[in-house]
Amino acid sequence: MADSNYTLSRTHEQVLSSNKVLKNTYLLLSATLGFSALMAALSVALQLPSWMYLVSVIVAMVMGIFVLPRTANSAAGIGVIFAITGLLGLGLGSILTMYLALPHGPQTIATAFGGTATIFLALSAYALTSKRDFSFMGGFIFAGMMVVLIAIVANLFLAIPALSLTISAAIILLMSGFILFDTSRIINGGETNYIMATFSLYLSIFNIFISLLQILGIMGGDD
Amino acid sequence: MELFLKIAAAAAMIMLLIYLWPAFKHWQENGPKAQAGDWRAALLPLAGVVLFVVLLVLAVR
Repeated sequence: MADSNYTLSRTHEQVLSSNKVLKNTYLLLSATLGFSALMAALSVALQLPSWMYLVSVIVAMVMGIFVLPRTANSAAGIGVIFAITGLLGLGLGSILTMYLALPHGPQTIATAFGGTATIFLALSAYALTSKRDFSFMGGFIFAGMMVVLIAIVANLFLAIPALSLTISAAIILLMSGFILFDTSRIINGGETNYIMATFSLYLSIFNIFISLLQILGIMGGDD
Repeated sequence: MELFLKIAAAAAMIMLLIYLWPAFKHWQENGPKAQAGDWRAALLPLAGVVLFVVLLVLAVR
């Protein structure tokens, strides 16, 4: 009986802890997305050149690999994640400037924005309500990520439009998988650091938005 | 300038590949295996995403 009470209280504690991580993750995600949008607006206002996107992605990637994991367990991690997301927002702004100059650019941006929000909210709601453990997808999505990264490196130099479109479609599917995977890991206690969880979800949203923008741009005849 | 940026971006991507490799191996070797119905539960929303993107493309054409 005592053992059963202990198990029950531990389970209750774990659920409380997971809920706290989830709440903090969504709060930080909202704040970083808002900050990123502000930086993107600043970038559009300043008409930053398109190469700014590549520079921001490179610096954000280096910070995400080397700095964030070392600071994620301290208060400094908050500053680092705002720096990374702000930088990505600045880079995104330079892409948006290009799209805004196209005939259907504003419509394409609005559709990509609405589409990204719908995909993220629907997948998160699905992962939260189904309460399924999607961690079995780990091997599959990491393998897919490897293949896509190799294709991106190749297409940086080959610049084949069809490959670019295929990569964008694959990224949307992979990032959708990551949203299910990350959300279920937070719920099931697999991810206990809300800063790393926020970073992962932010990257999924950012990549879906960029890929959707590219697909809609090409298919809508704007690219 | 552009070529230099492309080379830097490729280097960063390769660095990311190296960084992701241990995670990939870990999930391949120690990741939980799917139970009955797990893949269907995952593929259903992903198919929904595909359908939604197709609808968005049709909307902007």
